[in-house]
Amino acid sequence: MFAKVALLVLRKDVVIEAKSFEMFSTTLFFAVSCVLVFAFALVRDGTIVADAAAGILWIAIAFAGTLALGRTFERERYAETLRALLLAPAPRAAIYVGKLLGIVLLLAVAEAALVPLVTLLFSAPLFARPLLLAGLLLAGTVGFAAVGTLFAAMLVRSRTRDVMLPILLYPITVPVIIAGVRGTAALLEASPDEPVARMWIALLAAFDVVFITLALWTFEPLMTE
Amino acid sequence: MKKYFIPLLAVTTAMFAYAPIMIANAPFEASMGLVSKIFYFHVPSWFAMFTAVFICGIQSAMFLFKGKPTADRIAVSAAEVAVLFGLMGLVTGPLWGRKSWGIWWPWDARVTIALILELTFIAYLLVRKFGGPGSEKLAAALAIFGMFNVPFLYMSVNIWRTIHPKTSVVPALPTGMPGPFWFSVAAYLLLMTLLIQLRLQLEERRAALDALYLEEE
Amino acid sequence: MLKSLLFSAALALQPPPQTEFVPANSLPPSEQLPSAPLLVAAYTFVWLAAMFYLWTIWKRLGKVDADIRTLQQRRGSGGGR
Repeated sequence: MFAKVALLVLRKDVVIEAKSFEMFSTTLFFAVSCVLVFAFALVRDGTIVADAAAGILWIAIAFAGTLALGRTFERERYAETLRALLLAPAPRAAIYVGKLLGIVLLLAVAEAALVPLVTLLFSAPLFARPLLLAGLLLAGTVGFAAVGTLFAAMLVRSRTRDVMLPILLYPITVPVIIAGVRGTAALLEASPDEPVARMWIALLAAFDVVFITLALWTFEPLMTE
Repeated sequence: MKKYFIPLLAVTTAMFAYAPIMIANAPFEASMGLVSKIFYFHVPSWFAMFTAVFICGIQSAMFLFKGKPTADRIAVSAAEVAVLFGLMGLVTGPLWGRKSWGIWWPWDARVTIALILELTFIAYLLVRKFGGPGSEKLAAALAIFGMFNVPFLYMSVNIWRTIHPKTSVVPALPTGMPGPFWFSVAAYLLLMTLLIQLRLQLEERRAALDALYLEEE
Repeated sequence: MLKSLLFSAALALQPPPQTEFVPANSLPPSEQLPSAPLLVAAYTFVWLAAMFYLWTIWKRLGKVDADIRTLQQRRGSGGGR
């Protein structure tokens, strides 16, 4: 029942998105422009500051993710479907999971485009250890989205939603950013430092478990008026 | 609890009045000299801040899961007091650090974690003020998340950097220093309790006001 | 209530693990600052911050009390409930 509801919510979002690709294209191009802005800030004489490629990748994901989170729930608010969702005889936590999966999917697709872009622009050998990188990206994205989905859901009725979300989200997701960037940087070294990358993935996985549990736990009392 | 207020106030004032005397008489810490006396303001500030953060987190959980309005009032009071003591720590720290390490902000583990925790609780206060309907609950969730974040912050930021005096200055203090130090800690914790109580009174008055407004309608 | 506050405070104060104190780096003389102004600044800041906070509580309390009084007056003169 729980999984069914979660997948239904996911399917709903995917179907809506597939009609216009609005969220996907705008999120993707926002991420690309982020990468560009940082490139102009950090590239000197054609070469980038060391480790900056890793940083830029994760900053672009964080910023694009924040916007995507805001807009996912904006859509619900606009169509007033959030109340309908909450009134449905479905476990509320399943709604959270469905939304979470949607965001992770959206960000994953964006990352699939970002990684080659960053590799190209900064001559960063991101594909040296593709599996580890994928693990890092997945664990990090899930962690970021887990916290973000909860906060975005709660902020949906707030006027100051756009600025409040980053204010709440960034301090909590600092470990995700640190782990993601340091892990990616480890993989970008001349001889990729695999144990270090694995360590960061493990940290991210622990973060994901703890915070998804916390979110599931608090979603119900939070969404109750 | 109100009847403790006056004695608490008296004791706290006395302790704070006496503290400078104790601190002045404490022996100089060998490598840093006079400026290390900031230690008596800096470390107790953090003790107080962490305690307040802890109180806020626990009360937030109680509010969110048991729905007790008093828990919410204590949580917001504790959060404000935490931000206050955090600010004290964040200002006295660099003042000390500039002298002893040569830089204002060393970006090391402790300092960074402290800053992030401070930002988390400033966010708590902001969301309560500007977050729209239901923001008390969201703030409560934030406080809980913030508390659970501490071990992760500790691990990730630690691996990232470290130059701060290692975790325990305290047991290695030269003789003569522990006395004033623990005295300062006690004084700060009493001050923290006092301030939370005061702030709580404000919240309770506001609740009374709200009740009056509701009766009007 | 007070007891539970103090109790949670005691719980929060876990004894920290043990390592030695790391002494200050020696700096070139040009970098060295006089200590006294820093110490005074720290002390002053702590006091000012605490006083400021107390003042904000006092002001807010004043406002809430004024509102309560207004409401009570209105109730007294209006319906006499």
